[in-house]
Amino acid sequence: MLRIEDLHVYYGGIHALKGINLTVAQSQIVALIGANGAGKSTTLNSICGIVRVESGTIEFLGKNITNVPSHHIVSMGLSQVPEGRKVFPAMTVNENLLMGAYSRRDRAGVREDLERVFALFPRLKERRNQTAGTLSGGEQQMLAIGRGLMSRPKLLLLDEPSMGLAPLLVQEIFRIIKEINGQGTTILLVEQNANMALSIADYGYVLETGKTVIQGPARDLAQNEDVRAAYLGG
Amino acid sequence: MSRVVASLLLCAVCILLALLRKYRTHVVSNPALKYSYYPALILLAALGINYLLTALGANKVYTFQQAVYGLSLGSVYALIALGYTMVYGIIRLINFAHGDIYMVGAYAGYYAVTVMHLPFVPALVIAMVASSVLGVLIERIAYKPLRNSPRITLLITAIGMSLLLENVGQKLFTSTPRTYPTIFKASYEVFGVSVDQSRIIIFAVTVLLMIGLQYFVNYTKPGMAMRALSQDRDAARLMGINVDRVISVTFAVGSALAGAAGILVGIVYPQIKPTMGIMPGLKAFVAAVIGGIGIIPGAMLGGMIIGVSENFVTAYISSSWRDAIAFGLLILILLVKPSGLLGKSVREKV
Ligand SMILES: Nc1ncnc2c1ncn2[C@@H]1O[C@H](COP(=O)(O)OP(=O)(O)OP(=O)(O)O)[C@@H](O)[C@H]1O
Ligand SMILES: [Mg+2]
Repeated sequence: MLRIEDLHVYYGGIHALKGINLTVAQSQIVALIGANGAGKSTTLNSICGIVRVESGTIEFLGKNITNVPSHHIVSMGLSQVPEGRKVFPAMTVNENLLMGAYSRRDRAGVREDLERVFALFPRLKERRNQTAGTLSGGEQQMLAIGRGLMSRPKLLLLDEPSMGLAPLLVQEIFRIIKEINGQGTTILLVEQNANMALSIADYGYVLETGKTVIQGPARDLAQNEDVRAAYLGG
Repeated sequence: MSRVVASLLLCAVCILLALLRKYRTHVVSNPALKYSYYPALILLAALGINYLLTALGANKVYTFQQAVYGLSLGSVYALIALGYTMVYGIIRLINFAHGDIYMVGAYAGYYAVTVMHLPFVPALVIAMVASSVLGVLIERIAYKPLRNSPRITLLITAIGMSLLLENVGQKLFTSTPRTYPTIFKASYEVFGVSVDQSRIIIFAVTVLLMIGLQYFVNYTKPGMAMRALSQDRDAARLMGINVDRVISVTFAVGSALAGAAGILVGIVYPQIKPTMGIMPGLKAFVAAVIGGIGIIPGAMLGGMIIGVSENFVTAYISSSWRDAIAFGLLILILLVKPSGLLGKSVREKV
């Protein structure tokens, strides 16, 4: 579904991605783990056309989407839930979700998906007319995920959805990610919480200073000595 | 004397009630009070002012007339201020050329009325379209190539653009002031006060445009995209919003409002000239800051406050203080509430 080959990205003089190779197959959950500054967010942002790709190719559903402007990406069926949620703070929950459906024209389908998101996150339904800036961190994360789903993506990119959440809520979020995947959405999951990520993923990649260094089925990665030492706390 | 103090206190209470967010949400949660809150507040304020005027022995008819004049002048400032605030909200640029876009609107309206002999409404539309096109062109030609440059570069470009427009204006329209023909001659009696029709037209058109703008910003897709973009640019891009297009729309709408202000000012203060945009432009910018820059209702409020206070200062103190009051208010607000009347201090959640 998604294929990235030898991806290089620079921020000015900084060589942030030095050859990413990654494949996501249909209906899988693929985890992308790595230390701070390894280039996980940069990878997601280059897929979405937010940062410029210097060389390499990104292919989505057989189409080359390298350096395609960001506003064409969403309607192809690809959406990202960004790091730090980035909800629109002065807009209501409802409006935030509608912004997620910005690229769509089928009003009936949008209304349907709104109900689907509210079914997934009943908390959001109760707060639909509250401005997003007044939500708790966890609720904002739910909103960000819901907003990402509103474009009805075939592939959902999630950037550290567990960041800053209490353990119970982390479990809840991961349960929902599995549920979303069960409903037919393919997922590329970036996580610091490698344990949790690998526990729900089918396949995993480890990123180190801009390169994919280890890859394999999630279960194998969770057993891998190097990975355990570096990311799973021994 | 005690009546003066009492009425001032009453007015102060009204202002406080209007500003106190906490109290307002408390009151608004009570359904019985919800719909009577603002009308009650306005009534209370009117009572206070009436009481104060009586105590001061002022001429109420004259005062009422000045208030109406102030609101019509304030309408013009508010319309211009909206463009400043919208553009600032989207690309954090103080568009110094905005006052000159207003000037071009005034001339477009002038030619529509005199050369093309059009009635008011089509002339208004022409002024708005002309300004709108100009605003979009300026953004495309001068600002867009600087999207990733430091803000100071953009600011200097805007000042240059303003000077360019003023000088091209002098060449095109000559520096001799032109006089708008009288479009609205009638005047009405309201509460025994004679009010010019033109003043009412200004105010009415402004209110209509503002209602339209509120609808656009809150309920249409491009309007919502505008708000989203002003709150978080990267997130907006992730939603599939075409940033360049939304910026163009913002310039189009903001400039159209300035164009409307241009023709509206012409029907009351009929002398127009190529440098007419400088002072109102500055004051409208001040109005935007007073209301809270980037906040649309703030620009409306700020414009009205400046218009009314300017008119009262002219009427009761001296016209030589007219321009000082706007900047005096600016200094005051920067000292007391730098984020503006409707501005919130920025808080972020992690
Ligand atoms: N806008 C930017 N300008 C310059 N350098 C950047 C920018 N964004 C990221 N970088 C650099 O690129 C590298 C990769 O950053 P990235 O955000 O992709 O890391 P990450 O793996 O997502 O880290 P984290 O787990 O902390 O989110 C870092 O060294 C970072 O400093
Ligand atoms: Mg990151």
